[in-house]
Amino acid sequence: MKYLDEYRDPQLAKNLIERLRRKAFPKGEIRLMEICGTHTVAIFRSGLRELLPPQIKLISGPGCPVCVTANEDIDRAIWLAEQPGVIITTFGDLVRVPGSSSSLHLKRSTGADVRIVYATLDALQIARENPDRQVVFIGIGFETTAPTIAAAVQQASELGVRNFSVFSAHKLLPPAMRTLLDAHEVKLDGFICPGHVSIVIGAGAYQEIADNYKVPCVITGFEHLDILQGICSLIDQVESGRAEVENRYRRAVTWEGNSAALRLIDEVFEPVDCTWRGIGPIAKSGLGFRPGWKMFDAADRFSMPDIRVKEHPGCRCGEVLRGVMTPPECGLFRKVCSPRDPKGPCMVSGEGTCGAYYRYHKDSGQSSVASG
Amino acid sequence: MIIQLDQGSGGRAMHELIDDIFVSALQNPLLAERNDGAVFEIQGGRMAMTTDSFVVDPIFFPGGNIGSLAVHGTVNDLAMCGAKPLYITAGFILEEGLACSDLRIIVASMAKAAQEAGVQVIAGDTKVVPRGKADKLFINTTGVGIVPAGIDIGGRNARPGDLVFINGTIGDHGMAVLCKREGLAFENEIQSDAAALNGLVELMLDAYCGIHVLRDPTRGGVATTLNEIAEQSGVGIRLFEEALPVREDVLGACEVLGFDPLYVANEGKVLAVVPQKGADAVLAAMKSHPLGRASCLIGEIVSDDPGRVFLRTMIGGHRLVDMLRGEQLPRIC
Ligand code: SF4
Repeated sequence: MKYLDEYRDPQLAKNLIERLRRKAFPKGEIRLMEICGTHTVAIFRSGLRELLPPQIKLISGPGCPVCVTANEDIDRAIWLAEQPGVIITTFGDLVRVPGSSSSLHLKRSTGADVRIVYATLDALQIARENPDRQVVFIGIGFETTAPTIAAAVQQASELGVRNFSVFSAHKLLPPAMRTLLDAHEVKLDGFICPGHVSIVIGAGAYQEIADNYKVPCVITGFEHLDILQGICSLIDQVESGRAEVENRYRRAVTWEGNSAALRLIDEVFEPVDCTWRGIGPIAKSGLGFRPGWKMFDAADRFSMPDIRVKEHPGCRCGEVLRGVMTPPECGLFRKVCSPRDPKGPCMVSGEGTCGAYYRYHKDSGQSSVASG
Repeated sequence: MIIQLDQGSGGRAMHELIDDIFVSALQNPLLAERNDGAVFEIQGGRMAMTTDSFVVDPIFFPGGNIGSLAVHGTVNDLAMCGAKPLYITAGFILEEGLACSDLRIIVASMAKAAQEAGVQVIAGDTKVVPRGKADKLFINTTGVGIVPAGIDIGGRNARPGDLVFINGTIGDHGMAVLCKREGLAFENEIQSDAAALNGLVELMLDAYCGIHVLRDPTRGGVATTLNEIAEQSGVGIRLFEEALPVREDVLGACEVLGFDPLYVANEGKVLAVVPQKGADAVLAAMKSHPLGRASCLIGEIVSDDPGRVFLRTMIGGHRLVDMLRGEQLPRIC
């Protein structure tokens, strides 16, 4: 990991923390939202929260794809898993997310054929190996995963694989950021923009948010130095009254993004309205199949019944995803809801805010290790 | 309720299953100690006994196979009680269709592993089940050994002030098996660390017989094993992030696949909890053994936060290190 060592240098990190601690914060509390779950986890894993001055509040946002997948979409995936002869393929965490009354995980334990894959092309391979079965890939994720799925669909088309389809629950992040700002539910002074998503969409994608909402956007990587530098840039911008897009992840992110990946998405998918768990419907925030690719759309291939969803009554995932409250404020947190028996998606995913708090947050005896 | 895969992956779910169904029904004080093996008095001394099942997939992996793993795993469970391993029995469940040549290789590596570890395989059993009722072959073992006088090693013995050592890099075995199973190729093939630790442990105990705890961090990894010790001893454990030894290729594979090396299985590692006065002697003994060249201090036992493990991060923050949850890596041993 020599390549990453320069972004992990502990002494440089300590210097930056010192710099932040010496600041006066004349404008009072500064609230920064890390959009993406990978940042949430990285922040917890570095123990950064307890080292920042109390005036800097880090708020976790909606950037965990599993967490924002609508309950009805989970229910539809579960319905698909129940259909005879169907093999469901998907990425790890999704299988444990509770829908209205079950999960893919439970369905698998009672005989449904649900397989976890590491790449969409593996799902296509499963389809080729099982020509008499229908193989459905449950596609969740943001702009990061969409290109790989578009590529798999194109490959299926070239190879003439007819038993492969995708249930697309993909989501686009910038529309969700705008929705959070429009709602005025939480005061946000800046965004720590997602690293991986930005590789695809480019830093330029946030310009409009910075301009129209006067909220600074900084793109950072995932090492503790990356994140700290991002926080410093945001604080500098807030203190000097600027709202700009700053790319602090230049080793991976360009202004324009990855044009090949964007083209792939655009060839197969088009923006559609879609529902986010906890946030609700957002215009043009999802990806649906373009007319020419509908034959790979699982929603088209199977005639799905109308789904009536039921949320767990006590679960506050919505508020957590919108940054309105923190997981320990939820009455079910740790008491009833745990990664073993999750009541909401935020507890399931490795990148979910509730899961991250559960796994890493030192919520008692705070003082006892402060000396270490 | 039905049995789910994560209840076999070594983490929290498995512990709950064991407590809920086995420990409560079988009602035995030795079993309830939940050590890797049980130590009991016999005429003229103390004996240690353990049992283990091996279902690793794939059965051949870089650095070993299911046969050598069965011997190493059983020997290590005995060594972790401070015992000198003596005898092993092995039961085989073979799936119809298994290639005899594969079985021959596997049993030959068992023989070699046993010879190197100085144990004898003295009884066995073979069953064949129809195709699809098992996956190639499963092995169940029993091992017995003798515990020398004056040694009291167990998960309940950790005390504040003790130091935590490990004999080398973490996560090698789990990543070797996973990369093989998933057909993931990185620059070099990651090798399992599977090895018999009884020779190393013997040196450590010769250097200082007052070692408090020895555990091999297999399923669930270092994080889960340390949580077990913290719970059993009613102490807190603090790890130092910058001291955790991880091979670069293992770290790279973990990053790509989203795993934390702290939760990835090892098959040739021992965690030793040692009182400060024996620490130097034990560390020197570890480093003098071929399986312990990279031994190092990774943490300490504290009185705060009993039952929990914390990690002091490189930049001076802290985070909770919980037991493994979910099925991070099924069938790695
Ligand atoms: S702690 Fe559980 S119930 Fe509460 S908001 Fe999070 S996921 Fe929902």
